[in-house]
Amino acid sequence: MNMIQAINSAMDVMMERDSDVVVMGEDVGYFGGVFRATAGLQAKYGKTRVFDTPITEIGIIGVAIGMGAYGLRPVPEIQFADYIYPALDQLVSEAARLRYRSAADFTAPITVRSPYGGGIFGGQTHSQSPEGIFTHVSGIKTVIPSTPYDAKGLLIAAIEDNDPVLFLEPKRIYNGPFHGHYDRPAKTWADHPGADVPAGHYRVELGKAATVRAGEAVTILCYGTMVHVVANTIEEMGIDAEIIDLRTLVPLDIEAIETSVKKTGRCLIVHEATRTGGFGAELSALVQERCFYHLEAPIERATGFDTPYPHSLEWAYFPGPVRIGTALKKLLKD
Amino acid sequence: MDAPRANLPPLSLHVPEPKFRPGDEADFSDVDVPSAGSARRPDTAAPADSFHELAYTLIRVLDDSGQAVGPWNPRLDPDALRKMLRSMAMVRAFDERMFRAQRQGKTSFYMKSTGEEAVSVAATMALASDDMCFPSYRQQGILITRGYPLVTMMNQIYSNKGDPLQGRQLPIMYSAKDFGFFSISGNLTTQYPQAVGWAMASAAKGDSRIAATWCGEGSTAEGDFHSAMTFATVYKAPVIMNVVNNQWAISSFSGFAGAEATTFAARAIGYGLAGLRVDGNDALAVYAATQWAAERARTNQGPTLIEHFTYRAEGHSTSDDPTAYRSAGEPNAWPFGDPVRRLKEHLIALGEWDEERHAAQDLELAEQVKRAQKEAEKNGILGHGMHQPFDSMFEGVFEDIPWHLKEQQQQMLDEQKAAGL
Repeated sequence: MNMIQAINSAMDVMMERDSDVVVMGEDVGYFGGVFRATAGLQAKYGKTRVFDTPITEIGIIGVAIGMGAYGLRPVPEIQFADYIYPALDQLVSEAARLRYRSAADFTAPITVRSPYGGGIFGGQTHSQSPEGIFTHVSGIKTVIPSTPYDAKGLLIAAIEDNDPVLFLEPKRIYNGPFHGHYDRPAKTWADHPGADVPAGHYRVELGKAATVRAGEAVTILCYGTMVHVVANTIEEMGIDAEIIDLRTLVPLDIEAIETSVKKTGRCLIVHEATRTGGFGAELSALVQERCFYHLEAPIERATGFDTPYPHSLEWAYFPGPVRIGTALKKLLKD
Repeated sequence: MDAPRANLPPLSLHVPEPKFRPGDEADFSDVDVPSAGSARRPDTAAPADSFHELAYTLIRVLDDSGQAVGPWNPRLDPDALRKMLRSMAMVRAFDERMFRAQRQGKTSFYMKSTGEEAVSVAATMALASDDMCFPSYRQQGILITRGYPLVTMMNQIYSNKGDPLQGRQLPIMYSAKDFGFFSISGNLTTQYPQAVGWAMASAAKGDSRIAATWCGEGSTAEGDFHSAMTFATVYKAPVIMNVVNNQWAISSFSGFAGAEATTFAARAIGYGLAGLRVDGNDALAVYAATQWAAERARTNQGPTLIEHFTYRAEGHSTSDDPTAYRSAGEPNAWPFGDPVRRLKEHLIALGEWDEERHAAQDLELAEQVKRAQKEAEKNGILGHGMHQPFDSMFEGVFEDIPWHLKEQQQQMLDEQKAAGL
């Protein structure tokens, strides 16, 4: 399966198992979603379980919270993460706080799916990576898969989780793992081990990172599309890096990070999102606090620049092999 | 100015201004007061485009002599009327006592609903006890009507060791799922789309329960209001959306929510849902309109917007002084009177009540509230030590406490210990 099929399969499996799971969002019903993630679900489960919504992100998330309060398990979709901001109040002030403020009298067991990230010439409003806005919010979990296998297992775990989960899907790798070179032919998932996806139910536990590649020279913390860009870059450079795919940003797998950095003594953090106040800053602070005496070089960050996401200048903006390579050379120079 | 525009008249910006400011004499003689019984009562299955005049008039049942008249008269039996009156009087007694408790420093904050008791009490009586209410912060009458313990309300207000919300929430932001009362948020109108979602879920599951929600006229300006109305009409959600137009949003008069140009009930027309405009100080009109809207919702005819035309008789909250922005004479000059007095006069006119019984009931309710207060204060008042354990603040952020919160919990405990607390 490619990542879209895996995500579709996760919702299919969960709708089959639990009649309280409902899927909603703009164009998700009859049409099956602008990325085909919900294709076939309405035909299979009916319009009261998979339905198109008006174009109002406040409404989509607010209504999903109300459905959750009733006892359903809604899986709302925000068509692009760039359009999640109108729903910010419902997510931050309501979904994230409902359990806390009501002492668990009410909860919001919703899973908000949204395509995110760049590398597709999406310009300013089809490329953003807003995860850092949500990792700052107490009470919401943030999950980002990097393979079809993880996408399905994490999405099932998210839907089954009783806390609100923001599930960000790296749309650049919906159809294949991106090597980071925009000028070379795109790859498909066909020969990637992560594309081997079971048809039935399985979970990938939230809060657990994956060591994508074991290594000794440096620890690279990344997630989403960047896992593949990083893997390809170190292979091309011949660096024995340990690549940690975080998979869940909140709650974070701190043990995996600590163990790895203490072993390698060096740490590079890679994300597409802008640098200042990005999730990389939190990762850097945690590594510094916990691994200080093991560090042999300052922690490096290869990230998007602190600008809106540009259209025609995308490949100078995107933290691809050149920026990652430069950061690695700096980290490993002595 | 650009030369080509020099001969055009200048534009001017209209900034609304209330009629009366401090020092002015309040005079509401130009407020339209339709006579009781004059509004028609349509079939609950009437099409949404047939409500035009009902969105601009006022549904009124109680006339000046205390008689219930016209097609909206709900013909409640005297026991139900007495229960309604008692609950409304209880809300007022509770508000008085808790306002004073705040002034005595026993809690940080309180909000009264004086003059708006009918809007919550009568509406609740017209709903089934398991219909879900999504209130704003000024519908304490829902809890009182449904028999939620006064002591528990006070425990929440005092944030004491008996507080069901574990001291996490600002006073009056109650939550009571078992009483069909959704957790109150400080963020205005967020409950509107949530109520619609709850109602949609009930419909999708083939349930028979409906949802009701309340917001003030000021917060109809929030985007959530528009989203909720759109969702409600698109899916014909079984929901009643109440706008409590009490004329004031803190210091801003209703003109800043658009009231100079139209009514709030009229907004229903553009969305294609039923809209009713009700005398919010007429408990029987509130009851009848809610009962009508509930029947419409329960028969899958869709949602109703009800504007309750009322007046916020007191300050916005204990942190507010209304004499700083409006005429001190306004509450008394308000042409629709007081909801408790009007219902009392109706019962007296029916021969089912009298002034002596009313005075005795007021005393009894005051005593009951006082006893509850004493009981609640045994669990502590704000800032006097009998609070929830400090480390409980880390619970309930998530279903399970993740490592980073456990670490912070330990850090806090260590800090407290090191500081000798």
